[in-house]
Amino acid sequence: MTPKRQKRLIIILSIVLGTSLIVGLVMYSLNQNINLFYSANQIANGEAPVGTRIRVGGMVVDGSVKRATDSLRVSFALTDYEKTVNVVFTGILPDLFREGQGIIAQGKMDAQGVFQAIEVLAKHDENYMPPEIAETMKKKQEAIK
Amino acid sequence: MIPELGEFALILALGFSIILATVPLYGAATLKTLWMQYAKPLAKAQFTFMLISFICLGYAFSVDDFSVQYVANHSNSQLPMQFKLSAVWGGHEGSLLLWALILSGWTLAVSLFSKGLPLDMLARVLGVMGIIATGFTSFLLWTSSPFLRYLPRYPMDGADLNPLLQDFGLIVHPPLLYMGYVGFSVAFAFAISALLSGRLDAAWARWSRPWTNIAWAFLGAGITLGSWWAYYELGWGGWWFWDPVENASLMPWLVGTALMHSLAVTEKRGVFKSWTLLLAIFAFSLSLLGTFLVRSGVLTSVHAFASDPERGFFILVLLVLTIGGSLTLYAFKAPNVKSESSFAWLSREMLLLINNVFLMVMAVTVLLGTLYPLLIDALGAGKISVGPPYFNALFVPIMGLMVICLGLSSAARWRNTKMENVKKQLMLPAIISLLAGVIFPFLYGDGFNFRVFIGISLSMWIITTVAKEFKGKFRTSSSITEKLKQLSPSYYGMMLAHIGVAVTAIGITLVSVYSEERDMRLAPGETVELADYQFKFLGTKPVKGANYTADQATIEISLDGASIVTLHPEKRRYNVKKSMMTEASIDPGLFRDLYVALGEPLADGAWAVRVHYKPYVRWLWLGGLLMALGGILTVFDRRYRQNKSEKQGVAHA
Repeated sequence: MTPKRQKRLIIILSIVLGTSLIVGLVMYSLNQNINLFYSANQIANGEAPVGTRIRVGGMVVDGSVKRATDSLRVSFALTDYEKTVNVVFTGILPDLFREGQGIIAQGKMDAQGVFQAIEVLAKHDENYMPPEIAETMKKKQEAIK
Repeated sequence: MIPELGEFALILALGFSIILATVPLYGAATLKTLWMQYAKPLAKAQFTFMLISFICLGYAFSVDDFSVQYVANHSNSQLPMQFKLSAVWGGHEGSLLLWALILSGWTLAVSLFSKGLPLDMLARVLGVMGIIATGFTSFLLWTSSPFLRYLPRYPMDGADLNPLLQDFGLIVHPPLLYMGYVGFSVAFAFAISALLSGRLDAAWARWSRPWTNIAWAFLGAGITLGSWWAYYELGWGGWWFWDPVENASLMPWLVGTALMHSLAVTEKRGVFKSWTLLLAIFAFSLSLLGTFLVRSGVLTSVHAFASDPERGFFILVLLVLTIGGSLTLYAFKAPNVKSESSFAWLSREMLLLINNVFLMVMAVTVLLGTLYPLLIDALGAGKISVGPPYFNALFVPIMGLMVICLGLSSAARWRNTKMENVKKQLMLPAIISLLAGVIFPFLYGDGFNFRVFIGISLSMWIITTVAKEFKGKFRTSSSITEKLKQLSPSYYGMMLAHIGVAVTAIGITLVSVYSEERDMRLAPGETVELADYQFKFLGTKPVKGANYTADQATIEISLDGASIVTLHPEKRRYNVKKSMMTEASIDPGLFRDLYVALGEPLADGAWAVRVHYKPYVRWLWLGGLLMALGGILTVFDRRYRQNKSEKQGVAHA
């Protein structure tokens, strides 16, 4: 093999190795860090895994928001107008969180079937509905027809 | 009447864009001087009418013309004047108009500052930019005209601007960011012109370098400001969320950084030519992708506003045409491009190549993480989102490796470098950085911390190697002031930008490791302690602003009994949209920020209060600004303003 070819071979080999290493790492971390989205309906049907980090989205049920008097613990119910799921969160809710508003909560299901949220997201725009919720709603409307 | 004038000016601008997109390019292809000479006046005309259109929209906002739909949806008579004017780009239609205005502004700038550029090259560059302008202006006119009316029955008052956007941040962040996004169109146009003409020499690289650097600087400044804005405005005290829209701005920045370095090698050494072209194409394509992601609403993001699929589709078509067209051209023309020199394993070229590879890997990682949810959704495999840990896990190590190379490259020479020289040059910086990394966490924190060790060592590595190289410049020179004058603005810009990387890295490391945060229920008179500071909550009182009412809290902060500052965070309620907004109050400092935000009111005058202690958080924006400043400084290099005679010599070589 001429030195020039040898150099090329080394370059190509290192590119192939490097790329596969990176792709491997990327796929690994992707699988570790994706959060699946579930609707209230799916959770009520027991489709959501217990103890795995997931997202749940829906509308906050009117009159369901209850605060603890001595801490920042707050509980509320989320609905996709079919089933509801109870959510517990400790901390400060976003400004656009209110009853009747579409939100997304991130956290885990506990054994009692209550969603333990560690993050609650509401969006900048009050007319905005998360695409996930919008889709669930659309399906629901179609089902009614 | 005025809005119609704006619409009409926009149509005229489109007309000029279409001519600009065809006539000069045809002239360049057929070597007709007269046709090529049309490029400059057309660029001026296009800009003029775009500006008129933009001013008309601004006028409609300033006089509260709520018969215009866009004004009615994004403004209100109570809104303070500066926000009325910045509300021009507070929504989809107006921000696209700003996009188009800035594009025509860049086109004009190229036509004005192009004295050394041969006529055919200028005609091609402006022509390509005309094609892009044609695409975007038609997009504006057909799907998102900001001048549509509510007639004959129009609302009495406007729906108001989103309260989050009623802030100084909106005035500066979008224009700067767009200057960057759109600025890459110049680098793109230069790349396409090089492919069309087949001329890709040192002179070509020298022409496109200042444009690339300045666009990169604007983009960096825009991202930095965005991060700062999110930090104080959203009330969470976060500065980066790996949100799809943030990623959309980071990707072109990363590729732009690679492009900047690759262009340097192309100019100095005549290698990496086809790679440079490819990067220029990617940088602009990613800018378009960013626009698509922001405007189409396909991804769940904090920036996602109610949007309409037709618009998304239009941008997608523009995106596919741009990428497809330019890559096809590249595939046909790039094989003709030849390298002019070779280089060894250990050389500055090789290290810059590695830097490029790392930057591209980072950009691809971010792209994958951003688009993966879309892909999974399209495959029908469920709705997912990719969390920040994914990005951190990949971004941080790659960044670290790249920083090591950055230090090495300061000791490497072009073509070939002897290992002994590198060792001799870098031994001292390496020892200093490692020591600093070990010692710092003991002095600042309460013991060894691996993340701080890595972060501080790497930052010191950049600073010491840059300093060592700078010192090396004076080895042969007797007069220090003489040498300081001799060094070019490019060199100073490079040093400044590299120091900026170190400053940002220090900020990110320390704020991530040593931040403290607590969400507390506080009744009036209660105190919470955080990082040795006592935060005493003294209750709230109602206050009234221009277009909102607020509960304003008083929080006294003291350190070991000595009073430091009194902060007044607010919970605002905007009159028109009836929406709530948290206005955090911050005591900024070079070494720490104290950050207080109100949550919700609880029973008995108590409030949910969020307090943060953020050490060195300012450094990460300071570093970002230093990088941008460095980028701007390079543009003042005399090399880029060389007169014609010298240029022609190079061009014919």
